[in-house]
Amino acid sequence: MQDNTSSRLPASEKHPASRQRRSLWLQIVWDKAGSYISVVLGSIVGAVARFLVSVLSVSQFGDGFPWGTLFVNVTGSFAIGFYAALTGPDGRLYASPRQRLFVMVGFCGGYTTFSAFSLETLRFVQSGKADTALVYLVVSAVTWIASVWAGYALAARLNRL
Amino acid sequence: MDTINGAMWVALGSVLGGTARFWLSGFVARRVGETFPWGTMVVNVSGAFLLGILAASAAGHGMFASQEAWQFAAIGILGTYTTVSSFSLQTLSLARDGEMMRAAGNMVLSLSLCLGAVACGFVAGIHVLG
Repeated sequence: MQDNTSSRLPASEKHPASRQRRSLWLQIVWDKAGSYISVVLGSIVGAVARFLVSVLSVSQFGDGFPWGTLFVNVTGSFAIGFYAALTGPDGRLYASPRQRLFVMVGFCGGYTTFSAFSLETLRFVQSGKADTALVYLVVSAVTWIASVWAGYALAARLNRL
Repeated sequence: MDTINGAMWVALGSVLGGTARFWLSGFVARRVGETFPWGTMVVNVSGAFLLGILAASAAGHGMFASQEAWQFAAIGILGTYTTVSSFSLQTLSLARDGEMMRAAGNMVLSLSLCLGAVACGFVAGIHVLG
């Protein structure tokens, strides 16, 4: 189609290279925009879920210990490990790159938070509870890694079924 | 009603936080390479530093002492900007590749730098904001 059109054009209007460049450029912009929209939509859902978990956790367990943050970071780590393995190269579920961005970078990224964990640890130290800070730090690090591994291992097992 | 309002502020902030994390972690990863998850670390350390400043402002009855400002900037923007899930997944994949030293290094470095950054941010915030 394109070749027919360009062959009918006078020589001076033949710019197949520049036209190709422009459509390539549009394609890149379009792909980028789609990626960002996927990440942003996932981030909104993840962040609101994190907020609701923390509201619920404070109403149930009080604000003496940041159970909400620990919960989102542990379950978010499990979710990203599970989804990464399930939709990976050997996975049994196909997911498009945008779907993976939505779930992994958007939802899991927005749902979990490193900054709140850091501030909560600092607050324990500031209020003279250095031992609680240390417990929170060690328990967090161990459970984050254990749960991403558990999620990954479970999905890898499902992939082999 | 408070919860719904709060969720709205958090959602607004998360748009900025999610966009900034995706852009910066990708930018750093492209620049430095992806053998070590520097992108995620830069995001988490800078986010912890900024949250320290906001916490100093809140403690000094500054702008971020208001609930809405805290929900928008601290929980929405910085909460979404920083991430544990990518950190966990990247640590796991280093370990699965047999790069145990790098996996351990990522954990130790991320945790110590983020805790250091939030403390530095807090001290800086107290000094700057009075």
